[in-house]
Amino acid sequence: MTAIAGEQPHLADINRQSHNGEATPAIVSQPAQSSPERLNHIQLLEAESIHIIREVAAEFQNPVMLYSIGKDSSVMLRLAQKAFYPAPIPFPLLHVDTGFKFREMIEFRDQYTAELGVKLLVWRNEDAIANGANPVQLGTQRCCGFLKTQALLDGLRAYGFDAAFGGARRDEEKSRAKERIFSFRDSAGQWDPKNQRPELWNLFNGRIGQGESIRVFPLSNWTELDIWHYIHLEKIPIVPLYLAKERQMLVRGDSLIPLEQPFVKGLPGEEQWVKCRLRSLGCSPCTGAIRSDADTVPKIIAELVEMRNSERANRIIDHDQDGSMELKKREGYF
Amino acid sequence: MAQGDNTPTAVLEQDEADLRIEERLAAERAKDLLRFSTAGSVDDGKSTLIGRLLYDSRNVYDDHVRAVTHNAEIDFAQLTDGLRAEREQGITIDVAYRFFSTAKRKFIIADTPGHEQYTRNMATGASTADVAIVLVDARKGILDQTRRHACIASLLGIPTVIAAINKMDLVGFSKEIFDQHSRALVELAKHLEIPDLHVVPVSALAGDNVVRRSERTPWYGGKSLLELLETVPLAIERSNAGLRFPVQRVLRPHQDFRGFAGQVNAGIVRPGDEVVALPSGFRTRVRTIATWDGELDEARVPQSVVLTLEDETDLSRGDMIAAADAPPHKTRHFDATVVWMQNKPLRPGASYFLKHTSHTVRARVVGIRSRIDVEHLAQNSTNELGLNDIGEVTIETSRPLLADRYRENRTTGSFILIDQEDNTTAGAGMIRSIADAGEGTGEQQAIHGILDVGNRAALAAELERRLLAEGALVLRTRAAVSNALVTIARLGAVVLVESDDNQPVMFTAVHGADPAPHELAAEQLDEILDELERLGAIPNNGDENDNGLGI
Repeated sequence: MTAIAGEQPHLADINRQSHNGEATPAIVSQPAQSSPERLNHIQLLEAESIHIIREVAAEFQNPVMLYSIGKDSSVMLRLAQKAFYPAPIPFPLLHVDTGFKFREMIEFRDQYTAELGVKLLVWRNEDAIANGANPVQLGTQRCCGFLKTQALLDGLRAYGFDAAFGGARRDEEKSRAKERIFSFRDSAGQWDPKNQRPELWNLFNGRIGQGESIRVFPLSNWTELDIWHYIHLEKIPIVPLYLAKERQMLVRGDSLIPLEQPFVKGLPGEEQWVKCRLRSLGCSPCTGAIRSDADTVPKIIAELVEMRNSERANRIIDHDQDGSMELKKREGYF
Repeated sequence: MAQGDNTPTAVLEQDEADLRIEERLAAERAKDLLRFSTAGSVDDGKSTLIGRLLYDSRNVYDDHVRAVTHNAEIDFAQLTDGLRAEREQGITIDVAYRFFSTAKRKFIIADTPGHEQYTRNMATGASTADVAIVLVDARKGILDQTRRHACIASLLGIPTVIAAINKMDLVGFSKEIFDQHSRALVELAKHLEIPDLHVVPVSALAGDNVVRRSERTPWYGGKSLLELLETVPLAIERSNAGLRFPVQRVLRPHQDFRGFAGQVNAGIVRPGDEVVALPSGFRTRVRTIATWDGELDEARVPQSVVLTLEDETDLSRGDMIAAADAPPHKTRHFDATVVWMQNKPLRPGASYFLKHTSHTVRARVVGIRSRIDVEHLAQNSTNELGLNDIGEVTIETSRPLLADRYRENRTTGSFILIDQEDNTTAGAGMIRSIADAGEGTGEQQAIHGILDVGNRAALAAELERRLLAEGALVLRTRAAVSNALVTIARLGAVVLVESDDNQPVMFTAVHGADPAPHELAAEQLDEILDELERLGAIPNNGDENDNGLGI
């Protein structure tokens, strides 16, 4: 039995085993964690997220799921499929495109959403993009303000969405740690961290007034590791940028900056081929890669367990000002 | 990638490496998930304790540690404190959630403040917790705030309380002092009916008995704080109630499939189980448990699944599928403990929206029986509850709830009250005792009168469904309103009249001598039902507030 002692069968298998009454006595020798009485943490998190997604679909007139193409979005999308199966997902996806997303992200987005048959909306701040907004000229804060925050608020308003799912997790960043699952936004889309609605049990208050909205975070209680486990377990497709391979990068100190945009130019000798991958996907000028050999999902998980640096440490934008994420969130950023 | 990697030997090694990873992943996935809440003031060293717990169990990232290390000393409290405002004030101002894991379990910490004005946050953190950690300063013993934390943990039904006697280093790791505090805590737990209490001597700053057992407390034979957290049972493992499955949404992708999406709130469900659809009371059997991952042979609390039933059954959002042999109470009157969470005080007679499971109704607080003094564990009579007050109230709802007592089920026994003007969450409640209406009482409360909906066919169908579900006698007709219909209504029926007219919804109450149609200023189903109640079409037994509630 030792060979399978650590292996956790799928829930359905466990259930079938116990229900048929054909389980062999060997089950007794398995560790307590594999007992059919017990759900593991991934199953518990999945159940919670599905409950949240269904509540929103039932209580709001016009919900939308923010889809960023990243790993968290991919998990959220799978959870939405599960929440309504065998019915289709009853709301569209919205991608806020800054124009600086990696080419591979956009290709993946278009192909995957078409495959699933979900409705995808794309919103861009075309004025700012036409004016040549970029992080080098504007600084990361103002660039994010125009291309992400403003675009998001405009997009939500244009379609009249009253609830928007986001894939943010509480373990990502300190100010996210106290975010509610149903996060109330006033009619200007702003967050008031000092005056949040208390949230008890699994009872979510979805009542809003005219022009107000709710941001909903069904992955609040997932960690980065949980996300990867789920992607592996569920075989969820992800953008290949997450997996290590030889890529040409601008190497400066510890930073690996992707050479996607024409304005990202290295000094002589700084442009090198490096085996690397991205831990989180953002805009190519502001998302650093990490040196890594993890070219499969299990290896990413193994790498994460070893790694002692938090995931957003490679995002340039979170570090430009102390507490900068909280400032951005108050203004309407996810 | 080097050429050599593609040789057969390298591939074999590669596979073995992947296999080893897979084994580790499987073990990692098998962990369950324990939620615990911490409460305490700045001076108790609560943030320091959590920081120490995370640091010693190797759950903090290097860049976080670097950010809070000053002069080579780690500020453990800063590892857990978050927002700008609280850094400025030097206090934790809201519920912050933290995540960590050990080889045995994954954990979610709901870190809540100890300041008096933030009782609501403490209750919030406690509402989903399996375990509460209450901090006691070894130099001070049980204080008002200790009683407050323990009392809130008890009220919110947290089964396990771990009292951490902190700052043991400052009292020379004295066994006498520890024993003295332990005795007082055991008394407190007995008084508050906390089923499972553990007392641990710790020093958060120095790390004694936080993760590893300390040599400086040789007289303490128990587990370290982390060992306790790794071994206590989850709250859901303690309940063995009958099935509770509130319907969140009806799924009807095509003609051949009608499924009820929801989360198992209590019990276990299997295909073939006899269940009752509530509020209609219709009995049927579970046909399948449908999920994306295929049909299941069993689903248990808290799984989110879709149930299909053997018979065509009338159920929609807010209704419930329950164990046929152990159904919940169906009630419009109950006593509850309410934690008040808004500045506007709660006064008798006030109305709110009440959300309970997937069901939102209108509710009136008919009486406030007492305010609980959580620091002195006493009940004082009062006629209002202010922000952060906790009190015993009596509530009446417009529609019946399918509920259990909170002690029996934290999900079907809890509700929130929502302000009707600004939609804020005004209060959170736990049902303590239910005036069991019984079948007979329910029928007496059925609506009667004539409801003329004109050409609103969809509304008529939905009204018919809801009224039938509530046990009303319903006659749906296209005959014009006449004395015959008045007579039928007087006998206790709701006569639902349809026509081709595009007209407002009209209601004729029939208990007076001269019944006259009355225009209802309502078009939505719930508004109509509420309006009918206001007009007295649903008789309210005025004396029910004074009897049968065990006041």
